[in-house]
Amino acid sequence: MEILYLLVPLAMLIVALMVVIFFWAVRSGQFDDLEGPAHRIIMDDDSPEITKQDDSGEDKK
Amino acid sequence: MLEQIKAECFHCGLPVPVGSTYKVTIKKTERDMCCPGCQAVAEAIVAGGMEDYYEFRTEHAEQGQELVPDFLQQSMAYDLDAVQESFVRHSESDSGDVREADLILEGITCAACIWLNERHIASLDGVVSIVVNYSTHRARLEWDNDQIKLSQILEAITQIGYLAHPYDPSRQQQLFEDERKQQIKRLGLAAVLGMQVMMIAVALYLGDYFGMEAQYEKFFYWISLGLTLPVMLYSAQPFFKTAIRDLKRGQAGMDVPVSIGISVAFAGSVWSTFNGHGEVYYDSVVMFVFFLLTGRYFELVARKKSAENADALVHSTPAVATRVKDESEAMVTVAELKIGDTVRVKPGETFPADGVVIEGHSSVDESLLTGESMPVPITVNGNIIGGSINISSPLLVKVEKLGQDTVLSGVLRLLERAQTEKPTITRLADKTAAWFVLGVLILAVSVAAYWWGHEGASWLPVTIAVLVVTCPCALSLATPTAVTAATSRLTSQGLLTTRGHALETLAKATHFIFDKTGTLTQGKLELQSIKCLSDASKDDCLNWAAALENSSEHPVAKAICNEVEIQSKTADDIINTPGAGLTGSVEGRQFWLGTQAYIQKNTGLIVPEGELKNLRNQGNTVVILADSNQCQALFALGDRLRSGAKELITQLKSSGLKVVLLSGDHQQTVEAIAKQVGIDDWQAECLPADKLTEVKTLQEQGAVVAMVGDGINDAPVLAAAQVSIAMASGTQLAAASADMLLLSTDLLSIGSGRNIAKQMLSIIRQNITWAIGYNVIALPAAALGYVAPWMAAIGMSASSLIVVGNALRLLRKSPK
Repeated sequence: MEILYLLVPLAMLIVALMVVIFFWAVRSGQFDDLEGPAHRIIMDDDSPEITKQDDSGEDKK
Repeated sequence: MLEQIKAECFHCGLPVPVGSTYKVTIKKTERDMCCPGCQAVAEAIVAGGMEDYYEFRTEHAEQGQELVPDFLQQSMAYDLDAVQESFVRHSESDSGDVREADLILEGITCAACIWLNERHIASLDGVVSIVVNYSTHRARLEWDNDQIKLSQILEAITQIGYLAHPYDPSRQQQLFEDERKQQIKRLGLAAVLGMQVMMIAVALYLGDYFGMEAQYEKFFYWISLGLTLPVMLYSAQPFFKTAIRDLKRGQAGMDVPVSIGISVAFAGSVWSTFNGHGEVYYDSVVMFVFFLLTGRYFELVARKKSAENADALVHSTPAVATRVKDESEAMVTVAELKIGDTVRVKPGETFPADGVVIEGHSSVDESLLTGESMPVPITVNGNIIGGSINISSPLLVKVEKLGQDTVLSGVLRLLERAQTEKPTITRLADKTAAWFVLGVLILAVSVAAYWWGHEGASWLPVTIAVLVVTCPCALSLATPTAVTAATSRLTSQGLLTTRGHALETLAKATHFIFDKTGTLTQGKLELQSIKCLSDASKDDCLNWAAALENSSEHPVAKAICNEVEIQSKTADDIINTPGAGLTGSVEGRQFWLGTQAYIQKNTGLIVPEGELKNLRNQGNTVVILADSNQCQALFALGDRLRSGAKELITQLKSSGLKVVLLSGDHQQTVEAIAKQVGIDDWQAECLPADKLTEVKTLQEQGAVVAMVGDGINDAPVLAAAQVSIAMASGTQLAAASADMLLLSTDLLSIGSGRNIAKQMLSIIRQNITWAIGYNVIALPAAALGYVAPWMAAIGMSASSLIVVGNALRLLRKSPK
């Protein structure tokens, strides 16, 4: 069962990584709106996208 | 024409009045609309190619409002650089004048609204980006100021039926947001590490059963210690902080036994880990912290939401005025005005300060300040109260008093005082909890002392079991969960709770005090009846009157014109005498329309007194239409009761509550309304201070007062009453000083709100009884050493779950 001495610390390492990723996600605002995105994805409609990207692209010169 | 099919407005879901002709074709189907407001909004949505909104949505939209000139006027002010300074950030991108601001969106009912707003606004030229947050109803907007002005964007939002105000995310808001993020981190950390510790704990428990090599057991102890350490140092920090604060103040809060419990358990486990023998309780520690944090997080979110609602109301509009200087006009903020400045106030605008009229004559709506329902006529040298609204024609006003000295800030001072003197009702749970906590602590210490003296080694697990099993969890969850559930149930019924204590107090209220104008009534004049005095038909009289009043902004005129569907006649040579009446020729005949005095003075005709008195006694304002030969008709105009007003009063009275009406309006009007709704106890012509005294007298007699109002003059009373409800359609000041906001137009929501609040109170009682009952059984068992810490942990979790489950019953709609 010596393998535990390797596997458990390895698991801890993964946990540490999870915590780091989680903290990053909170900081970058992923948890700001917990309700909206769930609905937003359903409202993807088939009609052509808003044709505005072109003129806003011009500003970025 | 006896068709009584009650169609619903396709847009807002309100019933369509019989005979309504408002229709919009949506996705090839013609739909009924209830009003021109909804029609305009629906048409704008269709024209923008966003009909899908109607498929996505899960709730009806709010009733569309016709564009308020007042709002548009104000939104122009948002373009001023001086005003924008407070809420706009200039982004450092190099492409033109890109600005960024946060907006509060009003009228969002479901997720489809977000879609609709984002799509509509993003399609405007010059808008760089817009992101709407569904949880908070805030939007972050970036736009190119060279291409589009902020006011145009706000107007575009109004077109599709929402209202947007820029808002300044104050420092406090920022702190709150940071706190929330930190809470999520604490919770997340406790959850992730807790799972690992539990996993190892399972291995250890099994090891106890089937045997485990000592070296692995030791290894697992150390790993558990390493995993629990961050939870203790970071996640559990808030408990320690509050506990220390409580102890310093000499109080015993919930966090004291929690902190002692987890510290003792942790310390004992560390001791065992280092010594290599004994018990460890790492699993109990982390799971305990995790559960408690979860409860705290939901409480924080609920608190934040209500704080935001109140915040939105306070920060919304900047005050601007049009200053006239050397023949030129400029928009300035009110803060820049000085005494002696001349300002031009257009119809529909609010007077920025107290002053005197130097040019023009008009009528002024002071209803929000005084409660008087009819506009007051005003001419040169007339005094103006800042905060009242100009109705009919432009006025030049010389500013006489500013800021601190105005009537309005007098009311504000009254409000501040009332807020500080507000009597508080001690909350049921707080009272119980403090004693409970104290008792548990004493018990834990004596249990520890007892076992220490007797069997030395086993004092620790028993003490921990006592602390954990009593876990104030169930007790601390008893109130917040019930309050949260009741609050969300009420919100769905159109009653928004903005302060925590409101529901508990509402359930205990003994007196309900109502304001009249805008609260019991709509605050809007409507034509009640027409009494013909000649052989001319009602329709004719109405058309003549409407022709005369067509161009007037006076509420009487609006009420008459609203009754006419198509303006068939026009009037010429109209001469208006503000505050009295007007005359003009329709179809070649000269007509007069106005007060009794005006008609008698101009035509010399005698108005039949009997009829007049009859109508007036019903609380109506009467205007008379006459031609040069005879009086044609009497128009009775009155303020219509809000829907549900009468039912609410009946309901409250039958529950044995005292109902009082306090109004600033005239005796006659107040009496008539009081009679209509069935209130016996009423007072007219009350100043804000009078209302306040009245409420205080009641409170001194031991009454728990619930106040319902809408105007600025109600604000101090709203603040002084133990619990207060403001109309969302009322003034911001009233809304900001109230504990609850009535969003729906139906007053009856207050009645059902009270029922839910009572139900909530009984659920809180059940919960507390359960929590204490559980402890009464579990405590002795734990104190005698029959309960292992892990059993205690399961027991407390189960008891918490029962409490939460019980509270969730509040969400269930009662069968009607």
